Amino acid sequence: MKRGGVLTNLALWLIALFALAPLAWMVSVSTMVPGEASRFPPPLLPAHPTFANFTALFADTDMARYLANSLVLATLATAISLTFNVTAGYAFAKLRFAGRDRIFRLLLTALVIPAQVAMIPLFLICKMLGVVDSFAGVLIPSIASVFGIFLVRQYALSIPDEMLEAARIDGAGEGRIFRSIVLPTLKPILATLATFSFLGSWSDFLWPLIILNDSGKQTLPVALANLSREHVQDVELMMAGSVVTLLPVLLLFLLLQRYYIAGLMAGSVKG
Amino acid sequence: MNREAAAWGFVAPALIALALFFFLPVIAALILSFTDFDIYAVADLGNLRFVGLDNYLQLLRTPLFWKALGNTAWFVVLGVPLSIAMSLVAALLLDSRLARFKGFLRTAYFAPVVTTLVAVAVIWRYLLHTRYGLVNWLLGGIGIGPIDWLGDPRWSMPAIVLFAVWKNFGYNMIILLAGLQTIPEELHEAARIDGASAWQRLRHVTLPGLAPVLLVVSILTMAGYFQLFAEPYVMTQGGPAESTVSILYFMYEQGFKWWNLGFASAVAFVLFAIMFALTMLQLRVSERWTR
Repeated sequence: MKRGGVLTNLALWLIALFALAPLAWMVSVSTMVPGEASRFPPPLLPAHPTFANFTALFADTDMARYLANSLVLATLATAISLTFNVTAGYAFAKLRFAGRDRIFRLLLTALVIPAQVAMIPLFLICKMLGVVDSFAGVLIPSIASVFGIFLVRQYALSIPDEMLEAARIDGAGEGRIFRSIVLPTLKPILATLATFSFLGSWSDFLWPLIILNDSGKQTLPVALANLSREHVQDVELMMAGSVVTLLPVLLLFLLLQRYYIAGLMAGSVKG
Repeated sequence: MNREAAAWGFVAPALIALALFFFLPVIAALILSFTDFDIYAVADLGNLRFVGLDNYLQLLRTPLFWKALGNTAWFVVLGVPLSIAMSLVAALLLDSRLARFKGFLRTAYFAPVVTTLVAVAVIWRYLLHTRYGLVNWLLGGIGIGPIDWLGDPRWSMPAIVLFAVWKNFGYNMIILLAGLQTIPEELHEAARIDGASAWQRLRHVTLPGLAPVLLVVSILTMAGYFQLFAEPYVMTQGGPAESTVSILYFMYEQGFKWWNLGFASAVAFVLFAIMFALTMLQLRVSERWTR
């Protein structure tokens, strides 16, 4: 029994090492002197820790702009996704309108279609709308999502009908009910949806790669992919770039972990 | 009447957005796949012609498409079982009553999942470096000579699989962990009283109880792994010797490098058809299995 406990915990810490070592190595190398990491045996810790790579990154590349682009886009994507998906999810759960359940079932079948199928025509639509190479173009696919609507609907089902009826009898309009009764009850799922939207938008790669050509408008992942092709030898600089890209999402995850995992659980039972 | 109008006010914006920016493009993609939409048609739609099934027939005659299909299948066949096995091991260990610091460990395992794919792919490209990479250094410690992970066509896809397992195992682990908690403790207790060993309990109580969750997890993972793109884009650029060109990588190059948008749409639909067929097959097999 005792031996089993030691082995179990040893295995657990080995897996933790596997999960965290690449991230720890990134942080360590980002503070090394240029060229220091390209040695054998590979050094694990910097001999003389320095922030020079970060200074160089922001001075020599447009990293500050890409960081700002990503922050603005992820924030906007989150705000838009909350607006569209929350109202729709609530309506599918609690309001009555013709064809409601049939439309909802149709939406669910769309979950089996990979998003990439839509991307080529979506690019052409964006071209017609004149939003290629603009933030608007990047945001278009994240306006509404079937997953977001589903997430909010499942949660909103638990709002008691009597509560809404009572408000209606008191003469409250639907908009008022939504603002003062529904939204406060939905708070936890709003946090979940917001976390998902922000992280999804921050890490998205293929669509921004397709829709953005002007390097001034690039997001961090697209810029980092380009930089890493130009600076193959500059390990330390690239690791500084990875730190800048990962730090915001890792912090956000640590703060909102609970909400993120809740959404993940809901997502896995959708099938 | 008034309430119905209000309800439409709530759903209409999202439905219109989905119709315009998802359903319409999907249908358009199907139509595009029967046309010769290329760079000339981008300039002037007058150059567009319907070509029937030509794109699909040409696809069958394109060696790189078959190569991409094979590469992607290899990634799925190798990556899905390995990822799920890793998730299962982590979940079983974390679920053990002997485990300590569960909260911290769970967060640690999950951290790679929330990371930005491009950024961690850049890290792994250096970890897998033939001379200075940590992976080869560790392997050297147990007497295995340096492997040219990203430069040898035999090792490039296994290298990407290793990276994908690292990135994704925490995701399925969380789902499996929840599944483990739904297996009634009495079942374990009864098996224990009957003298079942830990291994027997795993085989006859835990795994059968987990089967439905494992099915969901394998379908989700397979669907995700068929969409392999950013990993080869960042780590290998499809090389060496086209050994990491995936279906989506092929689609991206055809569509947005060569502007063969009709042809690329056909690729997208073939990918969709394969994913759909395999999902149905998995569901069918599990139905028979549970009966």
